[in-house]
Parts: sequence; C-alpha cells; structure tokens
Amino acid sequence: MNKLIQNEMMKLIAKKRLIVIAIIIGVLVMLFTYAQYKQVQTQREKLGTSDWRTILQQQIIDTTNRLSSSRMQDEWKKQLQISLKQQQYYLDHDINPAEPGAPTFMRIFLENSIDLFLPLMVMVIASDLVSSEHSLGSIKLLLTRPVKRWKVLLSKYITLCLAISLIIAMAGILSYLISGSVFGYKGWGAPILTGFNVTETGLNTSEVKLLSLWKFLLMDFGLVWFVSIVVGTLSFMLSVLIRSTAAGMGVMLAALISGAILTNMVSSWETAKYLFMVNLRLTDYMKGTAPPIEGMNLSFSIMVLFVWWAAAVFVSFFVFTKKDVY
Amino acid sequence: MEKNITLSVKDLKKEIGKREIIKGLTFDLREGEVFGFLGPNGAGKTTTIRMLVGLIKPTSGSVRICGYNIEENFQEAMNKLGCIVENPELYPYLSGYNNLLHFARMIEGIGEKRIREVTELVGLTERIHDKVKTYSLGMRQRLGIAQALLGEPKVLILDEPTNGLDPAGIREMRQFIRYLAEKEGLSVLVSSHLLSEIQLLCDRVAIISKGAIIRVDTVEHLLANRERVAWRISPLEKGKQLLSSLTTIEEKEDGTILTEFNEQKTPEWNRQLVEAGVSVTEINRKMPVLEELFLELTGGDTIE
Repeated sequence: MNKLIQNEMMKLIAKKRLIVIAIIIGVLVMLFTYAQYKQVQTQREKLGTSDWRTILQQQIIDTTNRLSSSRMQDEWKKQLQISLKQQQYYLDHDINPAEPGAPTFMRIFLENSIDLFLPLMVMVIASDLVSSEHSLGSIKLLLTRPVKRWKVLLSKYITLCLAISLIIAMAGILSYLISGSVFGYKGWGAPILTGFNVTETGLNTSEVKLLSLWKFLLMDFGLVWFVSIVVGTLSFMLSVLIRSTAAGMGVMLAALISGAILTNMVSSWETAKYLFMVNLRLTDYMKGTAPPIEGMNLSFSIMVLFVWWAAAVFVSFFVFTKKDVY
Repeated sequence: MEKNITLSVKDLKKEIGKREIIKGLTFDLREGEVFGFLGPNGAGKTTTIRMLVGLIKPTSGSVRICGYNIEENFQEAMNKLGCIVENPELYPYLSGYNNLLHFARMIEGIGEKRIREVTELVGLTERIHDKVKTYSLGMRQRLGIAQALLGEPKVLILDEPTNGLDPAGIREMRQFIRYLAEKEGLSVLVSSHLLSEIQLLCDRVAIISKGAIIRVDTVEHLLANRERVAWRISPLEKGKQLLSSLTTIEEKEDGTILTEFNEQKTPEWNRQLVEAGVSVTEINRKMPVLEELFLELTGGDTIE
C-alpha cells in the first residue's frame, strides 16, 4: 500500500499541481493583506493615530456603568461582562482590536475561504485524480497489474487526503507568514467570543464564553479540514464517474457556486438544508452568524456533510471496482 | 501437451445490453508460441483482449492464465501476464525510469535490478531518465514493452503492437517478439487487422469476425493454395489463350491476368509464354488479402 501511495505522490508532484496551488494561495493572501492594511490605515486616519487606547478605555467605562444599572436582564448582563473581559484583555496586552495581528488575519482568511476558495483548490487536485488516468489511457496499465482495484483506488484516496491536509497547512502557514510581515506575528492568546446558539427565539447567548485565539484557530482548522475532505471526496467521486476532467470540475464548480447563492435565498425552502453545499460554512456557527435555514446548527451540518461523504466513498469504490474499462 | 498451455480461454462471452458482442470464444496459447488474433476493425478483438487482461468482466466463460482464473485469482493471474492494450499510454510527465519504477512498485519483488534489465533489453538505457513526452513513438512502444516485461510474465498480450510504427520499427518489433517467444519461451498473443503482419510474425492464427472465431490454424495451413500470381503480358490475347490452356485464369480490369501460384509450374508457364513469343513484363506473386480470406472463410459474408 505504501508503495502505491508513493506512486500517486510521485505523479502528483510531477504534475506540479501543489506548487501552482501554493502560488495561488500566496498571491491571494498578499492581496488580502494589502486590502486589510489599507483598511487599517483609513481607520487610523479617521480616529487619529494613538487614540485607540483612549477609546477602549472609554468603552470599558461605558460598559461598567451599564452593568451597574439594576434594570438589566441577567442574560444581557452576562454578555456585557464577557465583552468587558475581552476589552480589558486588549488593553492589558496592548492589542488594538481594530488592527489584526497575523493570527487574527489567519482566522478571517480561513473563515472566508471555507466555502469556496479552499474547496476550489482541493477540487483542482481531486477532480482529475482518476479521470486523468482515463483520458491519458494509463488506467489500462494501472488496472492490469497484480493489484486489486480497490487498493488502487484507496491509494489514490489516501493521497488525496494527504494533499488536502497539505493545502490547508499551506493556507495556514502562508497566511500567517505573509500577513505577519505587515501586521506583526503577535496575538495568539487574544480572546475571542464563541458559543453562540441561534434558536427559534433568537440568539441564545447563555453559553457564550471567551476562548484564546489559538484554541479557536485549532477548531477552525479542524472544520476547514473536514469541509475540504468532504468536497474533495465528492469531486473524487465525480472523477470516478465522469471520464472528462473538465466535465467533473464543471459539475462540482456549479454545485459550490449554487451553494454560495442558495445560502442567501433558501430560508423558506426548508429541505434545502440537506444539500451539502449550503452546509459548508461551518465556521459561521462558531461566530454566531444566523444560519441560512432555521434549525441548522453545527452538529446538524456536520452530520449532513458526513452522510454525503459516506455516500461518495461508497459510490466511488463500488463503481470503480465493478466498471468495465474501454 | 496440456502442461504447456499458458493461456486458456473457454466459451468467453460478453453481452452489452441485449447485444452479444463476443459469442463464445475458445482457444489456447502454448509456451513459446506467437499466436495471432486476426480480424477486421470492429470484429471484437479489442473487447476480447480487454477481457483477457481483466479490464472488462466477461458475461460468461473463463480465462485462465497459467491455471489461475482471472476473476477468482486476479493477483496470481496478473502476476504471470504482461500486456499493452492499444498504445502504451505511459505518463508523459514522468521520466521513462520513473514510469518503470511506478509499475515495478505494483508488482511484488521487482526491484531496480529488473528495471535495469528490461531497459537494456529494449535498448533504452541512454534515454531512460528523459521525460516520456520527449520520446518518439517507437521509443514509447519500446518502453511499453519494457513495462510489460517487468514482472517476468509467462504470457504477453500485445494489441496492435506495430500500430503507428515506421517500416524499420515494425521489423524491429517483429524480431523482438520472435526473440521473446523463441529464446525466452513466452507465449505472445498479438492482435492485428493486417494479414501480412500476422503472416510474418505468428505460428498460429485465430480469425475472428463479428465476435466469433471462424477458424484457428497454423499460418501455413491457412494460406496454403491461396497465393496468386499476377501476369502482365503482351500481346494480351495470345498470352491469355496460352495460359488458359495451362491453368484457370482470371482477367483483371487493369490488364493483368491472375493465376494460381505453384512453385514448380509457374516458371514452366513463363518459359512456355516466352517460347510462344509472348513478352512477359511482370510476374508478381500476390499474398491473399484479408478481405478475400474472409470472403472465402465466411462464405461471402460481408465484413463490417
């Protein structure tokens, strides 16, 4: 099995796909870094350069005053206390909340690339893993070796998972290194709010807590990895089913983009929540953004994605081991 | 005799939808023999070959390679088999060596030593570290053979091995295949739609048409009494009269006359023509054409 994976890696590296992906990620991160830098600059101009400490102090005083008021609901009070803690942390650690460090940039980058950009990069590799062997004709050589078909496919799938992990690691490392050169590399311990729960009655903040950014990032990475594996597996299945790489890519691209569009307009079409593409923005649940369709939450989305993943794996292996090769 | 059979095909059938593409093929390959698989395009050669190498699952019937059933003991059977199905489609973005390494990794117990051996055998040592996309078609074909030989197979299956090669390449390939069969004792199955090629290369031939084997025989038997001689003579009428008194003749539209070929009699007829004052400008021994052979064997059935 190891040798088969070595083979697949050798082909993947020879095709130079990973390098291309690294370059794309690098360029995009640079663009975003510049955009963010510009934004920070305009903000500074508006507020005056060293004003942010005073503003933060003022905010803290405001919050404390409001907390001392007796007419406040308990729930609301709790949330204010949390944001007070957050503001105090920023002040104590000399972090400008409006000016992100590299870890914050990394978080924003991951959250925004989870439903389209990273799946797209994964697709570049996954969608031709099998179909390229068909279009090249080398599938005939590959399947006439003394190796069972499911082993050939499994080696390809494991290679895909390794490549996906590599892509996400690259996205993390590149966004940290490049943005850090502008914003500084500090801020791993900055607190961030999480634990929001969107229920039928509205935003439930009873479980909101502060989390260190590095812990939050770890969770983000886990979710991004999971989404990428699911999207990768689906493109992998298409690559088995459809011989043409371009057609497979087209189908997957259409699905991903329709997901991005649907998220904005399906709130009344309830069964759409079982489609994989509206469930991709897992990191939004961490921030407490309202889900596209009522009744969706983190575990629901993970379950839906898991079912799609399992079906894709089953179909891929079933078809690949049974199909006649012409 | 039974011991020497390396590839045994029994009642092999393939249906696609309700159409029977392959209608029950049965034949055997023996050790050290080159076996030709001859048929026009669309006769089912490629489908059959793909069933032999496990790419297509037969509807019924069995394929055994060195005694191993290809469906039940896939790994053991494939260990004894080397093949090129149509063109050898290797990875153009890898070097020749990495291509061989790739396929060697898929066979147990094959290492660098064997890669060097097969590289030398096909004469690619100098270019083996170049990318395959820089290779000529002939070199790709040789690399394809090298990968087929990696696992030291007992049976070699080549689908149209001379397709796209120039005349020198075709001759080289032919000599190489004969060498493998005679010196290395391999059984080689070669498919082709060219009778002349099969004739020069093979010991035995199966003729296939519309998914069925019409005949399996040695090349000599198959071609016996089917060669013709074309004569170009003048004056035509006089020569025609003389020849028709000696043998049966057939006049062609281009002014040549066809007679049977007979090693003793043909020079004799020529002498008689010359003595009678007929000048002979051309005597041409003609190989039977595949179409004619088919017409004869199938009794006028058309070839698609």
